[in-house]
Amino acid sequence: MNNAFIIGQYVPGESIVHRLDPRTKMIIIFMFVIVVFFANSIWSYGLLTVFSLLCALTTRIHFSYILKGLTPVWFLIVFTLLLHLIVTKEGEVLFRIFSYPIYSGAVAQGAAISLRFFLLIMVTSLLTLTTTPIEITDAIESLLQPLKKIRFPVHELALMMSISLRFIPTLMQETEKISKAQASRGVDFRTGTAKERIQAVVPLLVPLFISAFKRAEELAMAMEARGYQGGEGRTKLRELKTDRLDIIVYALFAFVVILLFVIRD
Amino acid sequence: MEISFKQVSYTYQPNTPFEHRAINDLSMDISSGSFTAIIGHTGSGKSTLIQHLNGLLRPSSGKVNIGSYQLHAEAKLKGIKELRSKVGIVFQYPEHQLFEETVFKDIAFGPSNFGVDREEVGGRVDQALQAVQLPEELLDRSPFELSGGQMRRVAIAGVLAVQPELLVLDEPTAGLDPKGQKEMMNMFHQLHKQKGLTTILVTHSMEDALAYADHVIILNKGEKYLEGKPEDVFTRQQDLQKVQLDVPEVIQFITNVKDRFQVDLSYHGQTIKELAEELAAIVKGENRYE
Repeated sequence: MNNAFIIGQYVPGESIVHRLDPRTKMIIIFMFVIVVFFANSIWSYGLLTVFSLLCALTTRIHFSYILKGLTPVWFLIVFTLLLHLIVTKEGEVLFRIFSYPIYSGAVAQGAAISLRFFLLIMVTSLLTLTTTPIEITDAIESLLQPLKKIRFPVHELALMMSISLRFIPTLMQETEKISKAQASRGVDFRTGTAKERIQAVVPLLVPLFISAFKRAEELAMAMEARGYQGGEGRTKLRELKTDRLDIIVYALFAFVVILLFVIRD
Repeated sequence: MEISFKQVSYTYQPNTPFEHRAINDLSMDISSGSFTAIIGHTGSGKSTLIQHLNGLLRPSSGKVNIGSYQLHAEAKLKGIKELRSKVGIVFQYPEHQLFEETVFKDIAFGPSNFGVDREEVGGRVDQALQAVQLPEELLDRSPFELSGGQMRRVAIAGVLAVQPELLVLDEPTAGLDPKGQKEMMNMFHQLHKQKGLTTILVTHSMEDALAYADHVIILNKGEKYLEGKPEDVFTRQQDLQKVQLDVPEVIQFITNVKDRFQVDLSYHGQTIKELAEELAAIVKGENRYE
């Protein structure tokens, strides 16, 4: 399978982060995404970086693997940095490249934005690296419970999510299989004019859609045969529990946030 | 086409936690015009192996020679399209690759991709349709209206229409009823003889391997476990049992008769019926001397 797809793919493990309640992880990451935008000094950025790196270390997943998972995003980060260097004109001129002035403000801002970007993506990818898709949907269903009062179909949404997540690998496998079969029949997906390449996708998409529809029908039939009738009165196999570990983690995170507001300018 | 694998290894997703070595230091030779059966359990590396035959995968290390083409880890093969026009692969459940509006268009898809003239394509489609024993009336129908068995035949015709020199079959009879399985295998055997193809059959069925192949390779956990003529390989019952493979019924029967009655019916490719006649002759012969 293509290596670019490993971004955020679940890696089984037994670390503390793996064992946390998925709701805890989601809430903390959600807060983190907001908090990142409050950092405005070297110290506050340093604090957030240390916090993120500690989180990454506690997952016990090889750090190089986490970084490799971010490969597609590196381009964006570098691009942001370059854009800032060229466009921003604040502070003094630090040095010139071919007589083009680079300002100190540009370096500072570019570095800050890129770091922010990097932290955001790394921490959110920790969620999917340490949490199975099923756990994530369970957590979403549980967190969205209050919306049920306004007749929002929370259970159905969660079901749709878990089914689509469940079938991503299956569809990817299927895509690979069909593209190999068609490549053997002389389809060239990589070279040719834009028009030819778009045409080359048809022999891939048609079989893929047909099998997806067939699969959906079979799944619906199998669910009905096993008595599925929606969320009403349905018990859960995996109960989500918030225990002492989660409370400690919440407390730690709260401490980091308070510290951040103390040391920021 | 002559095929040789020299110390070939293939690793999926190298340098990740999901790293998996599917083929390990595999060397083998397949001579031109042979009918080779490749046998092994799920996960023994069969599918990975056949994907090397037309350059869908390149070995992580080692060399693969297919006719005059060579695949190795360092560089992409230049004439890959040419290679693919000479190697036809019928994948598992090939009917999943059908997509055109009519059977004709779907069978013509391969040859057109490889640049065969428009006039010639028509002739090739007719030939391929004949080879898979489907009536001409089907040509204007949608492939999705056909029965499962017919769909598979159309897909196979799509591979045959390219007129490959090497035909690779990955469990071509999976999911068919017993009668359909037999018809399908006979069809491939006939094609093999008529067109002088080199055929590689990946299968779980010892019976098929014994009946059709003249060369058997048994894979286990990505490595070559046994290789040789079917009658030699399949009589090594103990070795086969070590990797949880069965011995074909006919050979099992011969061994049992030998153990129980000390009567040696050696195997030389006889069918069940011929075997019964041989046995009957021996029984009658013994009776005569009583």
